[in-house]
Amino acid sequence: MFQAIDQIFVNLLRGFLGHLPEPIRPWAGLVISLGAILGTFGLLFGLTTVCERKAIARMQNRLGPNRVGPYGFLQFIADGIKSLTKEDIVPRSADKVVHFIAPLALLVPVVLTYLVLPFGRNMVVLDLDAGLLFYFAAGASTELAVFMAGWSSRNKYSLLGAMRAIAQMLSYELPFILSTIGVVMVTGSLSTVRIVEAQGPGDGWLAHWNVFTPWGFAAFFLFLIAAFAEANRSPFDLPEGESEIVAGYFLEYSGFKFALFFMAEYLGMFSSSALAVTLFLGGWTAPVSFLGFVPSWLWFFLKLGVLMALFIWVRGTTPRLRMDQLMDFAWKFMLPLALFLIPVVVLWDRVGRGWVGWVLCGPIVAAAYVWLGRALVGRRRIQLRTYRYASG
Amino acid sequence: MLGSGIIKGLAETGRNFVGSYFDPERMTTVEYPEQRLAPKENTRQFPFLVFDGEAALAGLRCVACQICEKECPPQCIYIEKSREKKPDHLGKPQFHPAIFDIDISVCMSCQICVEVCPFDAIKMDTEFELSTSDRFGGLLMHKDLLARPNSHFLKVHPTDAGVIDARRAEERARLEAKARLDSEAKAKEAPPAA
Ligand code: SF4
Ligand code: SF4
Repeated sequence: MFQAIDQIFVNLLRGFLGHLPEPIRPWAGLVISLGAILGTFGLLFGLTTVCERKAIARMQNRLGPNRVGPYGFLQFIADGIKSLTKEDIVPRSADKVVHFIAPLALLVPVVLTYLVLPFGRNMVVLDLDAGLLFYFAAGASTELAVFMAGWSSRNKYSLLGAMRAIAQMLSYELPFILSTIGVVMVTGSLSTVRIVEAQGPGDGWLAHWNVFTPWGFAAFFLFLIAAFAEANRSPFDLPEGESEIVAGYFLEYSGFKFALFFMAEYLGMFSSSALAVTLFLGGWTAPVSFLGFVPSWLWFFLKLGVLMALFIWVRGTTPRLRMDQLMDFAWKFMLPLALFLIPVVVLWDRVGRGWVGWVLCGPIVAAAYVWLGRALVGRRRIQLRTYRYASG
Repeated sequence: MLGSGIIKGLAETGRNFVGSYFDPERMTTVEYPEQRLAPKENTRQFPFLVFDGEAALAGLRCVACQICEKECPPQCIYIEKSREKKPDHLGKPQFHPAIFDIDISVCMSCQICVEVCPFDAIKMDTEFELSTSDRFGGLLMHKDLLARPNSHFLKVHPTDAGVIDARRAEERARLEAKARLDSEAKAKEAPPAA
């Protein structure tokens, strides 16, 4: 029974493919899975935008959208229709072709990253041996699209935004990838499916999620912070800082192309959250074995929802960083810490991954955190600013 | 320590989030078409012309002196004087506006016309729900559209209108008293006819 619910989507797909002639089955499977992913996450995108607006409104003691549909939850449909029917303006001096391709070039790699994410038991489109590598390769090519958008608009604000975006995404790509190395080391595989299976409860009753280890805990937060920056989310939303550069690289986009950018940003956020779930929060596995009857995909989307709530919460809380703070944080704090975690993982593995590991590795990670944090912000002294001409 | 500020901030927004569901005091939003704030006496939108009595155009206080037309900064008032005079509320013969137009697409709600009018004839309205589905029509307001009874003035600016009404009543009373004195004096002067 539980088995049937757990595997319902897998069996549906297999049953449907059975009716098709043999040679086109793999292709049909791919297309249907992609359609399902796009549908699910497209809907999730719409709902998330509404939830985000409502939640942030509540954090500011406002009401948020509450007019369209029950409690305003259909607002995203109204917004979608609006952006579809808006005029699509291309600046006269823009590079028309690149300007047109950029939103697609952003969306396609983001969608590709979904192919290697396991959404549930047996629910992965491509179980690649180097799935994680594929994810990073596809994900990193979004930077090109961002620069295409900024460059082709022929607008100085767009270009500045694109340059900021490139600098930021490249800088945070390093901790983003380095923080996952520990997971690959303890699992001994780059396959996302294998990584999730290794975190399951196994014979015991408690799951071995990577976040429940001293290095995994630190790496999880490093990964999450880098994911914030990769998705250009507050507090790392410099590329689109309204008060400085209007809207950054998608300034010259309107109508549906703007909606595509918006969607790509959210899909990127979902996919990096989904990867965080896969690598550190045990993917679709239940936290304790007696909760194993809950369908695996439900676990996955629950964890994804928790991470999205965190994304929204942080967005409602933090102000935007300054460019030098952003770079300092990536290169002076996150990168050293991510590198430092690699020998810690080795130590954790050598002492047997148990309570001895906690006693040894826990204080080491904490000390590294405190020390690097102090090096980053501790020495800064705030003094009264003096002006040469404006004082007195 | 690094990160303590973030935690503090997250706690604050979290408190706001939860609090907004339990404590209606926190919420400042007024859901406009259904809920409204009580109207404020000193709001101003566009000018209107005050009239006394029942008939709108006959009772206009405006005497077409054209001061407001000259003073209006964006020059959105257009007045044409009537040819004949008719008595005002004190019985003095006065002109009245044959045409009085205000282009409310130009009017900037500065209230200068109200400040300069010596006859308390033009006042600011508080009506703000003026949107229509017609983009170009209805922007030039003629005097029949601008005219509002004094009771309307009393409703939207009670303090102001009260002071003005009292002053006008006093003026009228003084005039009547003077007329009475005059006629009494006249009666005394002229010896009773034999
Ligand atoms: S409010 Fe100002 S702009 Fe409007 S009609 Fe009066 S003087 Fe002119
Ligand atoms: S509204 Fe007042 S200032 Fe303007 S013409 Fe009439 S009486 Fe004169």
